[in-house]
Amino acid sequence: MSTENDTVKTPQKSDYDDKFGSAEQQETIEKLTQSDYKWGFTTDIETEVAPKGLNEDTIRFISAKKKEPEFLLEWRLKAFRYWQKMQEPHWPNVNYPPIDYQDAYYYAAPKPKKELKSMDEVDPQLRETFEKLGIPLDEQKRLAGVAVDAVMDSVSVATTFKKELAKHGIIFCSFSDAVQNHPDLIEKYLGSVVPYTDNFFAALNSAVFSDGSFCYIPKGVRCPMELSTYFRINAANTGQFERTLIVAEEGAYVSYLEGCTAPMRDENQLHAAVVEIVAHKDAEVKYSTVQNWYPGDKNGVGGIYNFVTKRGICLEENAKISWTQVETGSAITWKYPSVILKGDNSIGEFYSVALTNNYQQADTGTKMIHLGKNTRSTIISKGISAGKSQNSYRGLVRVSKNADNARNFSQCDSLLIGDKCGAHTFPYLEISNTTAKVEHEATTSKIGEDQIFYLNQRGIDTEDAIGMIVNGYCKEVFMELPMEFAVEARNLLAISLEGSVG
Amino acid sequence: MDSEKKDIREWYQTAFADFENTLNGGASLPFHAVRKKAIARFAELGFPSTRNEDWKYTNVAPLLKHQFQPVTEAPDIAAESLAPFLFKGLDADRLVFVNGVYSEALSSVSNLPDGIILDTLENAFTTHAETVTQALGKTVSYEDETFSALNTAFARTGVFLSVPAGVVLERPLYILHVSKTDGREFLAAPRNLFLFGDNSQARLVEGHYNLDGGTSFKNSVTEISVGAGALVEHIRIQDESKEAFHFATTQVEQATGSNYTSVAIDLGGTLVRNNLNVHLAEERCEAHLIGFYFGSGRQLIDNHTMIDHAVPNCESNELYKGILDDRAHGVFNGKVMVRPDAQKTNAFQQNQAILLSDDAHIDSKPQLEIFADDVKCSHGATVGELDDESLFYLRARGIGEQEAHAMLRLAFARDIFNYIKIDAVRERLEELVVERFNNKA
Repeated sequence: MSTENDTVKTPQKSDYDDKFGSAEQQETIEKLTQSDYKWGFTTDIETEVAPKGLNEDTIRFISAKKKEPEFLLEWRLKAFRYWQKMQEPHWPNVNYPPIDYQDAYYYAAPKPKKELKSMDEVDPQLRETFEKLGIPLDEQKRLAGVAVDAVMDSVSVATTFKKELAKHGIIFCSFSDAVQNHPDLIEKYLGSVVPYTDNFFAALNSAVFSDGSFCYIPKGVRCPMELSTYFRINAANTGQFERTLIVAEEGAYVSYLEGCTAPMRDENQLHAAVVEIVAHKDAEVKYSTVQNWYPGDKNGVGGIYNFVTKRGICLEENAKISWTQVETGSAITWKYPSVILKGDNSIGEFYSVALTNNYQQADTGTKMIHLGKNTRSTIISKGISAGKSQNSYRGLVRVSKNADNARNFSQCDSLLIGDKCGAHTFPYLEISNTTAKVEHEATTSKIGEDQIFYLNQRGIDTEDAIGMIVNGYCKEVFMELPMEFAVEARNLLAISLEGSVG
Repeated sequence: MDSEKKDIREWYQTAFADFENTLNGGASLPFHAVRKKAIARFAELGFPSTRNEDWKYTNVAPLLKHQFQPVTEAPDIAAESLAPFLFKGLDADRLVFVNGVYSEALSSVSNLPDGIILDTLENAFTTHAETVTQALGKTVSYEDETFSALNTAFARTGVFLSVPAGVVLERPLYILHVSKTDGREFLAAPRNLFLFGDNSQARLVEGHYNLDGGTSFKNSVTEISVGAGALVEHIRIQDESKEAFHFATTQVEQATGSNYTSVAIDLGGTLVRNNLNVHLAEERCEAHLIGFYFGSGRQLIDNHTMIDHAVPNCESNELYKGILDDRAHGVFNGKVMVRPDAQKTNAFQQNQAILLSDDAHIDSKPQLEIFADDVKCSHGATVGELDDESLFYLRARGIGEQEAHAMLRLAFARDIFNYIKIDAVRERLEELVVERFNNKA
């Protein structure tokens, strides 16, 4: 794992160039950025870094470093060999320069992180953003990389949480730990929902994945708290090829949160994560994401490519999987959290808010594959395009021949702010059963001048007015988010829209 | 598979060489140079595979199993045999094509208002060379697409209609295509050119029928230019044999304030692909694209439409409905494009399908691509079964199950038929569809 992927990182100057720019602030940032270099590479390259490039040796190196069992190495190699035969797909509605997969490090020892002594040293812009988001001070410190003393709040919280989880028999740990401690579960479920043959980026991830999260809820257990990667301390260095696996046994329930509203900066441009969810009989998994990777500057330079494969399977009857996502970051977002509704009476849900500004591009949506009888799915997608961005919804609803009485309802709304952006809707409906009822609706609109006028009249300035209107528009999705997440997401949306007016 | 594709591609290239020899004087006209370029382009393009997004759901493999011969001469058919295809009480000028070849004997055209040019394309190449050369291929390029290239290469004739500014065509124009294969698998490539002057009005009825149930490959291209303020209604009825391959590309260009309505009915064919593209090139245009299809057996009916809002203040309205039975496969791919600055666009799109059998299948892909913010666009797609409650209502009133089903299906289809303003055509079509429903019920 490399710290280049460090999710908790000192902010970089370029992060906020476009939003804050007084000479004095720039200077502060300049200092910070420069001082960052002092802490650069100090580790022994010979032993800790895999050579640049991707080949079987790299994979053996990663696997050996992580002391992985034989089956996992074999699986990685199979994935790699398969990947070599594949071609990078170019069908989505996004543009980016070609990626050189050989010009990257796939394993590097953690780089010492620059630690700041107090909040005063933190980039004032970042602090301002934190305040706007309403993030508590301790959390701010952690996110900003400020050294925290022994009573670091989240550590103690996490320890308490771990005890509580263990009491219920819930396994929640990093993927590497799970490989060491629960190899049987990993062997059973890894790749069972997203096989390495699935797509180009899933194959790449399978070959070189660095770390990620593993979560197992035993039979009949209702997880007493929201599980968040935030509380799993060692989740900090999950890296660019993250792998998440969630298994809910019969009758289990879990609500899982990924990501963070705080802005994240990463030197790796390409992020190809894989998330797999398995829901057994009567189980329910709720997966919420807030994604706010660095979107590039206002001219579209830099920014993360977020190419993610997320899929859940309702394996047996009455299972339910629900995806909620708020996507505001990344230069390019390309992901389709999907549900395979295999068990009878199973339910799939997808709630999404995707916001693009400046030169961001998003091609996101879902796939609902109805295989079992009486399966139901709901899709609510809200796209917001501003600046010169392109925002696409792409979704598939497939009702197979034996999926009697399948029901689907899809609603895909697009909101355009400004006349230089684009909103696109590409639904695919593939229906092979007479009893299926599938409905798709899509609308495109803009924020009405009368709405803004109404709010202006009441003393609310235009920027806030737009924030309010957009939040109202996204309400259906935010209602699905856990409470504290929802509050932050609302603020996040307002921040992401800054500068898009006028 | 690949070798098959290659072989059949070569087959059409060879067929082209033979076809050239049958053109007589036609080969010396300027258009022949275009044909040659088109066949060369076809050789480069080859047939599309399902990996091509535009052909994702439509596999053309069955087409490649046949070696279709370009038609040189049409068989003689008796005037009486056309009776089933003539709409009773329809007062229209009629052009009849048999296997894609114009039949003067079967056609009947009255005295048209002054200035109207109505001829076959073959004649127009010489009689109106300048107009034709300028307009033909202007909107449908053989460069881009296989079937357009193939049509251009084998285009021999079709309809050429030019209506001058301000002229109203009182009687509808009925273009009747009938096929009679006599066991010969033929290729016809009708090429039509319609030019409607400013403020002109016209109604077109196109019919595609088959007399003997044989296998044929009709690959047509129609270019329509609708002048400023012109009003055009275009009804297309396709009821070819269950063995027929039917490919049709229609490209419509609309000028300021024009109004174009297309009603497309597909009942026949084994593999049907319609590409209907409307380009709203100037402001205040209105386009209505309406369609109905009924598939049974192993039919595949694919409707691709594209409405391109290139400028502000236009309106489009699209409604396609389909009923699929047996192992039939329906495809609907409707795209609405709103270009940058095409503000105040209103675009509505609806696609509805009913499946009658668990082996039937529908792939629906309604798309919106929007680059302007002050627009009202929406699309909807529904797939479902006939409403149980309506069925119960009818059954409770003593209507038999089969008949009740037929009534509900007709009611579903009638939303479409009501767009046909010519009574004789609409009534005959309803009869025809009810007949089909009853046969299948």
